Amino acid sequence: MNIALTVNGRAHRLDLEPRRVLADVLREDCGLTGTHLGCEHGVCGACTVLVDGEAVRSCLLLAVQCDGRSVRTVEGLAGPDGEPHPLQRAFSAEHALQCGFCTPGFLMLAAGALESDPTIAADPERLRELLTSNLCRCTGYEPIRRAIQRALLQDTRKPPERSQTGSTAAIRPASPDQL
Amino acid sequence: MKPAAFDYLAPATVREAVDALADTSRHAQVLAGGQSLMLELHYRRSRPDLVVDINRVRGLDRLDVRDGALHVGALARHRDFESPEVAPGPLGRLLSLAAHHIAHPPIRALGTMAGSLAWAHPAAEWCAMAVTLDAGIELRGPTGARVVGARDFFHGPHLTARRRQELITAVRLPLLGDTTGIGFAEHRRTQASFAVIAVMAALTVFDGVVTEARIGLANAAGTPVRAYAAERSLVGAEAARPLSGPPEHHPFARAGGIAAECDADPRARPYADVAYQRQVIAVLVGRALNQACEDLRRLSGGDRR
Ligand SMILES: Cc1cc2nc3c(=O)[nH]c(=O)nc-3n(C[C@H](O)[C@H](O)[C@H](O)COP(=O)(O)OP(=O)(O)OC[C@H]3O[C@@H](n4cnc5c(N)ncnc54)[C@H](O)[C@@H]3O)c2cc1C
Ligand code: FES
Ligand code: FES
Repeated sequence: MNIALTVNGRAHRLDLEPRRVLADVLREDCGLTGTHLGCEHGVCGACTVLVDGEAVRSCLLLAVQCDGRSVRTVEGLAGPDGEPHPLQRAFSAEHALQCGFCTPGFLMLAAGALESDPTIAADPERLRELLTSNLCRCTGYEPIRRAIQRALLQDTRKPPERSQTGSTAAIRPASPDQL
Repeated sequence: MKPAAFDYLAPATVREAVDALADTSRHAQVLAGGQSLMLELHYRRSRPDLVVDINRVRGLDRLDVRDGALHVGALARHRDFESPEVAPGPLGRLLSLAAHHIAHPPIRALGTMAGSLAWAHPAAEWCAMAVTLDAGIELRGPTGARVVGARDFFHGPHLTARRRQELITAVRLPLLGDTTGIGFAEHRRTQASFAVIAVMAALTVFDGVVTEARIGLANAAGTPVRAYAAERSLVGAEAARPLSGPPEHHPFARAGGIAAECDADPRARPYADVAYQRQVIAVLVGRALNQACEDLRRLSGGDRR
């Protein structure tokens, strides 16, 4: 089946078997191996990416479901000049990663949340709930929480240039011209 | 494992979706949020010939209140229920409490209420909610539409009254009146785990006396349980001030015991034998009823929306 997929702003035309999940297509067909696969059951969150601005599990989504949609992966966070995203700088500053396996997923989870509603970082209860989404076996979560809060403070001084409009809609029915 | 091969169709209308399901020569399966089906495909417990993706069907994401009920389209996501504004009064508050106990945000962004009912996992919060509220489940098949009441819908773990060619198009949840207080209590092993046991309660009170009680239990049997015996024990009882832990003869403690012994039918599980589950049910029913009382008190204190 032929689909059109925009990944980190770049258009891809792909001929795919319907059974292939988005995570595999990103890694194998688009060559973007920053998206990790841990459990492939929706539990660990290493595969989290943004689809039309919303953080979802790319192991639980068929690539063909994303026809005509826009996907953002960890490779799409840094600026065009390679300048790290405020979240990446904050993760580094707060030691929010050790082995780094979970990091792409946490970065995309946080990017999706901050872009659709920056107030989340200032609300301890909502931030805690957000962080229950993904697993980290190294850091103990506390540095990750601090990093997301730090990124918000930096963000308010300098909004990320490559910020996509954070859609609050899930995978909604496509508009007629997409069908 | 990776899913076995299948054909894929993304219809734009309910009619096209139903037509795709009507062909009995092929094993077709609906894909809604995919947050359960994708796991089944990965495990190859499910090997459909055709996957009918309803995510592009127009209008199925509708959520509206009319004729005394919240009408939930098949594509309304768990996330849509996080805010109590989803429905007026106690219904909105109860749905919101439950929604925050379903998985975690990225799963809630895609998973649907209708998909949960179709999936009929014994631990699913929405299945227990449907029987607690006497929801109506709207089905559309090749021969027309019908509505099945939640109490007749669930036949066992992953078994429902839905025929294979039928699509769930919507779920109807009756509104709760303003003199009803609600409570929700869940025990789970980690934040994002399925419930070991979940309990939801709605208490209607006049002049300090319970006139109607609804109690639902998730994961307390092979199907979602409506704790009718416990409910009956509460009608006419004093809606007593909530206590931190109800003493033996408190009506809420008694109702908890009845729900655990008479209504529930737990099966032994690896980390929870039957006696333990009954204990959890008794405690959680008491807590949910306390919360419902607390909810009513807050409302009569003037915080009515
Ligand atoms: C990590 C994780 C944690 C989870 N935790 C919880 C939890 O705590 N509580 C809970 O309740 N659930 C939990 N779930 C499951 C989640 O809620 C699913 O979203 C839900 O069970 C199914 O909804 P869905 O829309 O994703 O359906 P799908 O996965 O798309 O479908 C599930 C089944 O229902 C059928 N189906 C779906 N929609 C329709 C329809 N409209 N008409 C006819 N058939 C249909 C499909 O064919 C399939 O057989 C969890 C899932 C994961 C991955
Ligand atoms: S690989 Fe997708 S959640 Fe673990
Ligand atoms: S840094 Fe190792 S799993 Fe999170």
